[in-house]
Amino acid sequence: MDMRSVLKTGACAAVLAMAAGGALAQEKVLRWSSQGDAFSMDPYVRNESLTLGVMSNVYEGLTRRDTKTLEIQPGLAIKWEQQEPTRWRFWLRQGVKFHDGRPFTADDVVFSFNRVKVGASDLKTRVAGIKEAKKVDDFTVDFITDVPNPIIHYEWDTWYILSASWAKENHALETVDVTKTTPNFASTSANGTGAYLLTYREADVRTEFAVNPAWWDAEGKKKFNVTKVIYRPIKNPATAVAALLSGQIDVVEPVPVQDIDRINKSGQAKVQIGPELRTIFLGMDTDRNELVYSDVKGKNPFKDKRVRQAFYQAIDIEAIKTKIMRGLSVPSAMMIGDGVNGYDKSIKRLAYDPAAAKKLLTDAGYPNGFSVTLDCPNDRYVNDEAICQAVVGMLARIGVKVTLNAQSKTIIFPFYAAKRDTSFYMLGWTPGSVDSWNVLYNIVGSVKKDSQGRIVRGLFNYGAWSSPQLDDLTDKILVETDKAKRDAMISQAWKLHIDDIGHLPLHQQALAWGVRNNVSVVVSPFNRYDWSRVMVK
Amino acid sequence: MVAQRLNAILDSDLWWSFTRSKVVVGAAIVTLLLFVAALIAPWISLQDPWDPGALQLINSRNPPVWIEGGTWEFPLGTDNQGRDMYSAILYGLRVSLVVGFLAVIFAMVLGILLGLASGYLGGMTDTVIMRVADVQLTFPAILIALLIGGIVRGVMTPADFEAVAVYVLVLSIGLSQWVQFARTVRGQTLVEKNKEYVQAARVIGLPARLIMLRHVLPNVMGPVLVIATINLAVAILTEATLSFLGVGVPATRPSLGTLIQIGNGFLFSGEWWIVIFPGITMAILVLAVNLLGDWLRDALNPKLR
Repeated sequence: MDMRSVLKTGACAAVLAMAAGGALAQEKVLRWSSQGDAFSMDPYVRNESLTLGVMSNVYEGLTRRDTKTLEIQPGLAIKWEQQEPTRWRFWLRQGVKFHDGRPFTADDVVFSFNRVKVGASDLKTRVAGIKEAKKVDDFTVDFITDVPNPIIHYEWDTWYILSASWAKENHALETVDVTKTTPNFASTSANGTGAYLLTYREADVRTEFAVNPAWWDAEGKKKFNVTKVIYRPIKNPATAVAALLSGQIDVVEPVPVQDIDRINKSGQAKVQIGPELRTIFLGMDTDRNELVYSDVKGKNPFKDKRVRQAFYQAIDIEAIKTKIMRGLSVPSAMMIGDGVNGYDKSIKRLAYDPAAAKKLLTDAGYPNGFSVTLDCPNDRYVNDEAICQAVVGMLARIGVKVTLNAQSKTIIFPFYAAKRDTSFYMLGWTPGSVDSWNVLYNIVGSVKKDSQGRIVRGLFNYGAWSSPQLDDLTDKILVETDKAKRDAMISQAWKLHIDDIGHLPLHQQALAWGVRNNVSVVVSPFNRYDWSRVMVK
Repeated sequence: MVAQRLNAILDSDLWWSFTRSKVVVGAAIVTLLLFVAALIAPWISLQDPWDPGALQLINSRNPPVWIEGGTWEFPLGTDNQGRDMYSAILYGLRVSLVVGFLAVIFAMVLGILLGLASGYLGGMTDTVIMRVADVQLTFPAILIALLIGGIVRGVMTPADFEAVAVYVLVLSIGLSQWVQFARTVRGQTLVEKNKEYVQAARVIGLPARLIMLRHVLPNVMGPVLVIATINLAVAILTEATLSFLGVGVPATRPSLGTLIQIGNGFLFSGEWWIVIFPGITMAILVLAVNLLGDWLRDALNPKLR
């Protein structure tokens, strides 16, 4: 199928012609590469940094976050206010146009609200707990919530606004999962308000974007000079590095940690390193009475805190940092990293102490250890499989025989979710809201289902560790408006989790982007690709 | 008796053509050495690379002994988990050879039986077996191996799979290779079955099973041995490929292919020994086996005598 269908819209072509013949005589092309492709052009299809990051250049949310500081700024809304405990009002920006020339109004916001809640949308959590979006006038929208919610807009920078009339005309009223059914118009084309417009799409091969000359943000326009972006997924990191050094690609993300030196010494490119807010951790099934993947029958060793602590203290996180991550990780005592609201740097990790770990295991009744399977992705996080293998070795030294099940993210993540029966697993998580509540609710909250049997709380808490007290606090944290009180509750909640060793936090990995010398980029702690902050010489 | 046998061998054309070529003798010696090394690996290795508890992360990515920073503790350096490369290669060689041999034997037995039945019985049996073979030939061997491995992996728990991973590889590689044997045996059988000695055997009333195994089979074994030797090299490479792709043996029990895959990620960063040593070992092994196979084919070909 010819993906150039986007170009068919006459307005788009006209805009391009203007750009080509106008002041922008010199074309500045940015060639960007990452390990995977955006899942689809539909911005609701997957709650994943890469897809959301690529699409953030085409679509915009009501709010946006600064790429570097993550501070919330006005986006398509110019201001907002919690006018009643359960009613938020958003005033929209006037004079904004979608890429094909349609004006942006409150109807588009209401439509996007309804669209993100249905179909194969993976971003339903963005509007969870919101009863309705009410159009007040053309540029004012009210959101009615079930309970008071002071952080309603914290993740709205990645809830993008689509044009209602465009979606209707092209029969793209719902998000479709392209792995299960035929793509619809919105899966292969895009019509946003952002700095770039989609000009060419060939899934898994090449996607091209051109600058949007009609972008509303006059200040933002000064921060970049790119006129065209070519996005190419390159699966093998070594190939991507070779392409970077030979000048076929301008930016490569991620750079394998072992290649950083070589790139820096090449004189062609530099590696920009930044902290990422993603915390890598191990989880254990603490819920079942008998583990599914273990030789212990009739009981669950992970229910015993001593066993969890033994695992914790058997892991030599400093060796993982120096030897596997080559210094590019920050060992973490918490499930959140520095920068996320609720982080407390006074909390220290339990010491690495295999002897103590062995004793704890003996006290718990496993002097000869036991066997368990560790599930682990092998192409998602920096050196994920190598970390898991190292953990297998470290646990072997306290007598625990770990079988490693390391597989591609396309197999292992669906496996986590399908039966939720993993006994021991690795996962990484970035709280999109830069706030603890997100993690307390999704990662460590007790698994709770709604009336239709869909999991709401603890969706990614695959080991189902549970603390009703923490859940209670989480609910209060959501509705508390007083910052000091809220922070105190967050710290109380984390204390509960850390004292009980609910999960085993490992580290925050560092981001490493390989950038050619003639290009300057801003590395985002969300690992979001912001092409409106790129200068090409 | 033994001396007589030995004399018969030393007198044979095969032995004569074997000793005539230095390359073939060299290949045979190399193959033998690698076999023995794999066989006695636990006694000549410096570490048990399959015991995760014996690996120290702190020793990872050490260079070989002749480079600054290398020690005699790890003569060929270590990989990213602190595995001694020398020991890991010996153990990896075991996996490669065990999988290679068992897979070829499995494929050979299956192929011979089906080929004999197909050629000797003819008719419906022949049609069914050969059409199945035709269909299978349309798939690349690696795809069949991937398919079988994937299915088994899907129905078993990881811990169970780890225990039988080697046999799954044998099964999947073996199943992808039987067609060649079957076709060759069938062709030869078709030729042999109309010869007088077979007809004589039939006349005295021997059952078909006995005629096939006692009379036809010994006369079709020549080409089968050639295919078996060449397929041994192919099977070893297929195992390495599958392990390289991450669907072979478990990562905690690396074969040569797994080691090459691990090392591949470090090739650009200067830690070349992780990929080069297993790579060279693999190349030497496959080359030696291939040379033997080539020689055997020529030696057994009456037209070249």
